Amino acid sequence: MFLTGRAADAAVALGDDALVLSHRLGEWAGHAPMLEEEVALANIALDLLGQARFLYSLAGDEDELAYLREERAFRNAQLVERPNGDFASTIARQLYFSSYQELLYTELASAEGELAPLAAKAVKEVAYHRDHAVQWTLRLGDGTAESSRRMQAALTDLWRYTGELFDPVEGLPVDTAALREPWLASVSAVVRQATLTLPDGPDRSGWTAGGGRHGIHTEAFGRMIAEMQHLHRAHPGATW
Amino acid sequence: MTTAQATDTVDQQADFDAVVSAEGRIEPRDWMPDAYRATLVRQIAQHAHSEIIGMQPEANWITRAPSLRRKAILMAKVQDEAGHGLYLYGAAETLDVDRGELLDKLHAGRQRYSSIFNYPTLTWADVGAIGWLVDGAAITNQVPLCRCSYGPYARAMVRICKEESFHQRQGYELLHALSHGTPAQHAMAQDAVDRWWWPSLMMFGPPDDESSHSEQSMAWRIKRHSNDELRQRFVDICVPQAESLGLALPDPDLRWNEERGTHDFGEIDWSEFQQVLRGNGPCNEQRLDQRRTAHENGAWVREAAAAHAAKHSARTSDDAVSGTATGEGAMAG
Repeated sequence: MFLTGRAADAAVALGDDALVLSHRLGEWAGHAPMLEEEVALANIALDLLGQARFLYSLAGDEDELAYLREERAFRNAQLVERPNGDFASTIARQLYFSSYQELLYTELASAEGELAPLAAKAVKEVAYHRDHAVQWTLRLGDGTAESSRRMQAALTDLWRYTGELFDPVEGLPVDTAALREPWLASVSAVVRQATLTLPDGPDRSGWTAGGGRHGIHTEAFGRMIAEMQHLHRAHPGATW
Repeated sequence: MTTAQATDTVDQQADFDAVVSAEGRIEPRDWMPDAYRATLVRQIAQHAHSEIIGMQPEANWITRAPSLRRKAILMAKVQDEAGHGLYLYGAAETLDVDRGELLDKLHAGRQRYSSIFNYPTLTWADVGAIGWLVDGAAITNQVPLCRCSYGPYARAMVRICKEESFHQRQGYELLHALSHGTPAQHAMAQDAVDRWWWPSLMMFGPPDDESSHSEQSMAWRIKRHSNDELRQRFVDICVPQAESLGLALPDPDLRWNEERGTHDFGEIDWSEFQQVLRGNGPCNEQRLDQRRTAHENGAWVREAAAAHAAKHSARTSDDAVSGTATGEGAMAG
C-alpha cells in the first residue's frame, strides 16, 4: 500500500535527503584519510541508503524515484548535495545534518503517522552518525592549527545552508521550525567544546533560500544526479 | 653466539618444526625463524595492500550503480574490503611491523599488491566479473590459508573467506541478471568476462616450475597447493558456472579431458603478466597515485587525531577529569 498525496511527498523529501547524502558519502570510497574512516563513512552511507529505500518504498518504486526524476523534482535540502570538499567539510555537513535528522526523527517517531516506525528505527542509526561527526569536530577543532583552521572554514562555509533545514516539509507531521532552537543549542555546544565558533553570517544562501524543498538546487547537484542516473537511463526498461 | 645460545636456537628450531609438522599453530610470542617471519610479513602485507587497492576499481562504479539495491550491495562490498585490509594489517602487526610502515612501502612501490587490480573497470558488468572471477580466484587461493601455520593469519582468513564467498555469489548473480536481461546487457556481461578471464587465471601466479617462493612456503605450511593445482581447480569450478550464466569463456582450447578428469585450457600469455607486474599494466600508475594522494590528503587529519589524543590524555592525567576517550591514537598510523 503506497502513501498518497502530501504524506507521500513528505516520505520522498526525507528519502531524497538520505539518498543524496548517501551518494555524496559514497564518493569518499577509496579516498578517505584512513582505513577506519573508509569503514565508518561507508557505514553511514549504507544506513542512509537503507532509509532512502524504505521511505521511497512508501511512495512508489524506489528506482523510478531515484533514477527517473529530473533535478527539479528532488526535494532534498541543499545542504546534503554540497560537494564533499575536504574531510573537515564533510564532517561539518555531517554535524549540521545529523543533528537535524536526529531531532526530526525523534519527533517523527513520537508523532502519529506512517513514518513513525521508520523514524524510531533510524533515530538509533542517526545517533551514531551524529556521534561520529561530534567526535571528529572535536578532534579537528582542538587538534592542530591546520585542522582547526580547516574545521572553522568548513563550519563557516556550510552555515548558509542550515537555515533551510527548518523550513516546513509538505505533509510532514512535525513542526520543523521548532527544531531550530534545540538544534542550535546542541551544535553550539559541540562547536564551543571544539574551541571553534559558529559564524555570524546569514544561515540562508541568497535567493535560493529554502529552495531545496521546492526543487531548487545548486549547480553541483545537476552533475551529481547526471552521474547517478546515466546508466539506468541508458537502458530504458532493463532490470538489474 | 655462545654455545648455550646456539643450543637454544637449535631447540627452538626443533620445537617450531615439530609444531608446524603436527599441523599446530605458531602464535605471535612463539619463536620463529627470521625467514618465516619475513615471508609472512611480505605475504600478509601484499594481501592487505591488495584489499585496499582493490577497493578502487569497484568504487569506480558506486556513484553509477544502476539500481539502489545494487548500489547498496556494492557499497557494502567495498566497505568489507576496507575491513579486510584492517584485519590483515592487524595480523601483520603481530609480527612487529606497523601499518604506517607497510603503507609507506606500498606507496614507494617496495611492496606489491595483486596485479589484477591494474586492469580498468570499463562497464557496470565489470563489477560482476570481478565478483565472480576475481573473488572466485581469490577464494580458491585463500581457503587453504585458513589452515596456515601462523595463527593470526589463519584466523583472519577464516573471516575473510566467508565474506569473499558472499561477494563471489553476488558477482555471479549480477552477471546472471545481465546475461538474462536485454541484448545490450548480455553483450556487456560477455565483454566483461572476455576481458577478465585471462587476468583471473594469472592471479594464481607463475607456473610451478617458475615460482620462486613455493617450496619453502609449502614446508612451512603457509602454502598448501601449487599455483598450477589451484589454477586447475579454479578452471574446473568456473566452466559449469559459465554455462549456467549463459556466457562463454574466451578460450577455444578449453575442453573436458576425460583421461585426466579435468579441463584442458589454452596457453596463458605470461608476457602480459610480466608487463603488468613490472608496472606497465593499464592502471598501475593510476592506482598507486590515487592511494598516495588519499594518504597525503589525509595526513593533516591523522595528525589532528594524534594531537587531540595527546592533549586529551595529558589533560586527563593532569586533572583526572573523565572525558570521552575515543582511542584516536590507534588511527594515527
